[in-house]
Amino acid sequence: MAESRKVEDLHLQNLTKRFGDFIAVDDLTLTIPAGSFFALLGPSGCGKTTTLRMVAGLEDPSEGLISIGDRDVTGLRAFKRPVNTVFQSYALFPHLDIFENVAFGLRRRGIKNVTPTVEAMLDLVELTPMARRKPKQLSGGQQQRVAVARALINEPDVLLLDEPLGALDLKLRRQMQIELKRIQMEVGTTFVHVTHDQEEAMTMADTVAVMNEGRIEQMGDPADIYELPTTVFVARFLGQSNLFAGQRAGAGADSVKVSAHGHEFSIPNSRNNAPGANVIVGVRPEKMTIVDAGDPIPDGHDRIAGRTVDVSYTGVSTQYLVQTSWGEEITVFEQNTVVGDRSRVGDSVEVHWAPDHAFGLDGSGLAPAAVESESVSVS
Amino acid sequence: MPPLISTSASASATPPQVAARKARTGYLLLLPGMGWLAVFFAIPFVTLIITSLQVPTGASGVYAPGFDIANYGEAISQYGNLYVRSFIYAGLATLFALIIAYPLAYFIAFRGGQWKGLLLVLVIAPTFASFLLRTYAWRTILADEGPVTGFFNALGVLPEGRILSTSIAVIAGLTYNFLPFMILPLFAALDKLDPRLIEASNDLYASPVTTFRKVVWPLSLPGVVAGTLLTFIPASGDYINAQLLGSITTRMIGSAIQVNFIQFRDYPIASALSVILMFIILIIVSIYIRRSGTEDLV
Repeated sequence: MAESRKVEDLHLQNLTKRFGDFIAVDDLTLTIPAGSFFALLGPSGCGKTTTLRMVAGLEDPSEGLISIGDRDVTGLRAFKRPVNTVFQSYALFPHLDIFENVAFGLRRRGIKNVTPTVEAMLDLVELTPMARRKPKQLSGGQQQRVAVARALINEPDVLLLDEPLGALDLKLRRQMQIELKRIQMEVGTTFVHVTHDQEEAMTMADTVAVMNEGRIEQMGDPADIYELPTTVFVARFLGQSNLFAGQRAGAGADSVKVSAHGHEFSIPNSRNNAPGANVIVGVRPEKMTIVDAGDPIPDGHDRIAGRTVDVSYTGVSTQYLVQTSWGEEITVFEQNTVVGDRSRVGDSVEVHWAPDHAFGLDGSGLAPAAVESESVSVS
Repeated sequence: MPPLISTSASASATPPQVAARKARTGYLLLLPGMGWLAVFFAIPFVTLIITSLQVPTGASGVYAPGFDIANYGEAISQYGNLYVRSFIYAGLATLFALIIAYPLAYFIAFRGGQWKGLLLVLVIAPTFASFLLRTYAWRTILADEGPVTGFFNALGVLPEGRILSTSIAVIAGLTYNFLPFMILPLFAALDKLDPRLIEASNDLYASPVTTFRKVVWPLSLPGVVAGTLLTFIPASGDYINAQLLGSITTRMIGSAIQVNFIQFRDYPIASALSVILMFIILIIVSIYIRRSGTEDLV
């Protein structure tokens, strides 16, 4: 790994993939900066894996270009691309030991004396003692690290990871998330990570692109996307959101007023992405506070009265389900900083939040009932 | 207290009983197979060895018990060349069957899709007709006046100007008749192969040819070994193909055994020939399996 090759940006231009009538990837244009840890996040069937396979050369795009730096690699066959993949099921060669699995790519490129390189790589993923074992003799986490080592040793311009942690249990997954991040920092290669796990994407990636139905819904820093989602899909898929469909009802100094269900909510202008009169007000559950009906509420906070219908204690926090007067259920997370004194099922309560935390989404073309009824959470 | 004691006593007594019953069940299940092997393999094999050592009495077809090792010497000196020919024919037929079967099995395993089952039935469909009948059919196909011979003669590639009654016909017949036994184990091995391994190999700079050499072939080896054994062993002992498709110059060892048993009624020589055939196959197969266990065959 001595040679320091310049890592270059990965460009996707109008990339499209059709399977018969089905459009898996729809006119995707995207630049993934060199050396970044990029996550493609989306539900299954959203086109993220197809995108990855096209970059790897395992799938031919129907239209569009893939280039690394200014080299067009669209027509290059998989075995000629400077791109390597960590497969979902690892796809380790069962007839070769760990050393030979890791050495595979180097040997195919005719590199002599692979031993020092392979040993250094096994060291990086802490598998030196396993060098002469067969993949089957390793645990899931170890196999996963072999898969990473086998791809990374080739110093690809881009490393593709296809749901690499999907098969691991929760604890191991957390551990590997940190491990992968460490390896990425150490080698500086561009990582493109495909996952449906929003938490995984947020912990690991510098940039997250949320994909839906073959298109990118929103892309950016994970915290930015979470704090200010710009579409209903993102608001729901990345964490949970309480959404209220309403109508623009005037403007304040630097905020818009939205009336919904007889309430008036305000959203800072900078956080309102609704161009027209139909505005969906969104508030993250942890930004809300729940108090008994009649208790004092800070000035300027927006509020909704309701009745607690479910309380789940999860240790760190308590999750409340509150039914509003118009029948919608809203979710509120509260940190368990105080012992006891929780709202109980059936209590009349009020939920309030600082308007600075609300965000506005474009509600035109969406039936209000459809927006609100689905209290979807993907966690 | 008494009930407690009795409970614990019975609890500690049960496991050995269960274990003993389980062991007994295992042996009982083995019994039919062992019985079959004893009646149809062990006893005939011993009889065969005893017969191979018998001495002539002067009367045709009547032999006395004895210990005549010379039967083996005679068998080898008389029919040694037939052993060589048999193994060459069987070896070539095995090789050709492998070359034909591998792409076919590969195609069915990876491209068969919903047709996999049907394609496999088609592979074994010829065996629904009798072995003899199919071999007779080849006589017609390869007949001197037939279109196949005509075609190859037009190309001028047949050294003897004909196919039937030559070694080509015998090897072709062996290849054809044992092909399903090559295809099925190859298919079983290739069908188990995860296509993602091929993608991974492509991803790791291996061209399609290298991917075949380094990933597909080694992983299909169990099927290759099984298929070649299932073809080679019966092919080397076969005499039907040599008899129906060949001539006196293409006789295989199976023909010699058959002739000695049925026509000459020289049971000791015929038995000695069989024992030698089994012994040589045993040696060849054990060398082959040992080598294929290592990476020598890769």
